Amino acid sequence: MRRAGYLWTLSTVVLVVPFLGVAVGLSVAKPLLIPIGVIALAHAWIIPELYAARGAGVLRRRRRTPSASAERTALGLLADLLDHPARELAQRTGLALEPGRFGAWLIGEAGAVLVRPGGHRLHCYCVTVPEPGLPSADRVAHLLLALREDEAGFATIANLAFSGASWRLRRRLGPLARDAVSAAVDAAR
Amino acid sequence: MSRLIRMDRTGHSTLAEWSVDDPARVEAAAAKFRAQLEQGYYAVVSEGQGRAEQVRELPIDAPLVILRRPIAGG
Repeated sequence: MRRAGYLWTLSTVVLVVPFLGVAVGLSVAKPLLIPIGVIALAHAWIIPELYAARGAGVLRRRRRTPSASAERTALGLLADLLDHPARELAQRTGLALEPGRFGAWLIGEAGAVLVRPGGHRLHCYCVTVPEPGLPSADRVAHLLLALREDEAGFATIANLAFSGASWRLRRRLGPLARDAVSAAVDAAR
Repeated sequence: MSRLIRMDRTGHSTLAEWSVDDPARVEAAAAKFRAQLEQGYYAVVSEGQGRAEQVRELPIDAPLVILRRPIAGG
């Protein structure tokens, strides 16, 4: 898990540093080229932001619920699977907080965010249930149970969408998901 | 009373209920359990925060057995 984080950071650096080099090199070599340097700088800034946006996508609600009563039923089952603080968070945000061996997990319907111990770095995983028509809370419950069964297997099946500092992700989220990430960061500390 | 439930479009459906001292209902629940596994469902017994066990035979002592679909990387 730690190595995955380092590799992610390394790949981001490899993508960003050439743009920074171009920006500085062009601006120093020929001031006339400063606008192109600014464009290169913008690229260097945008790349990590795009990755963070992709990571934030795992906590966004995607599908519409087939019916309100199905969603209520599913939320009831999800609540039964959680302890009190996590239940309250799930009812408020639709996201389930689950402590694990690798850190604190925050599970949404389209994936999960793992906040590593210390709360500074997090990993966003795309993982889902390929079954159409399920209520959102059922999707979360599917992922929660799979995670509880086999945490390492869960992280292996899931695709890593982003790894980096928690602040990068938070600014890409809505207020409810941001609260949930804060709760996960607190749980990981 | 133990329950076998399946997560589906309705939120969840109760497929069977049984108690250990009623062999007929246990056998009926076990038959439904096997049929769902053949359809590709995984059966899970949640054991509280951080723990759950996948089961391949109906655990008749478990209060709640949940059937779920496999997950996949998105």
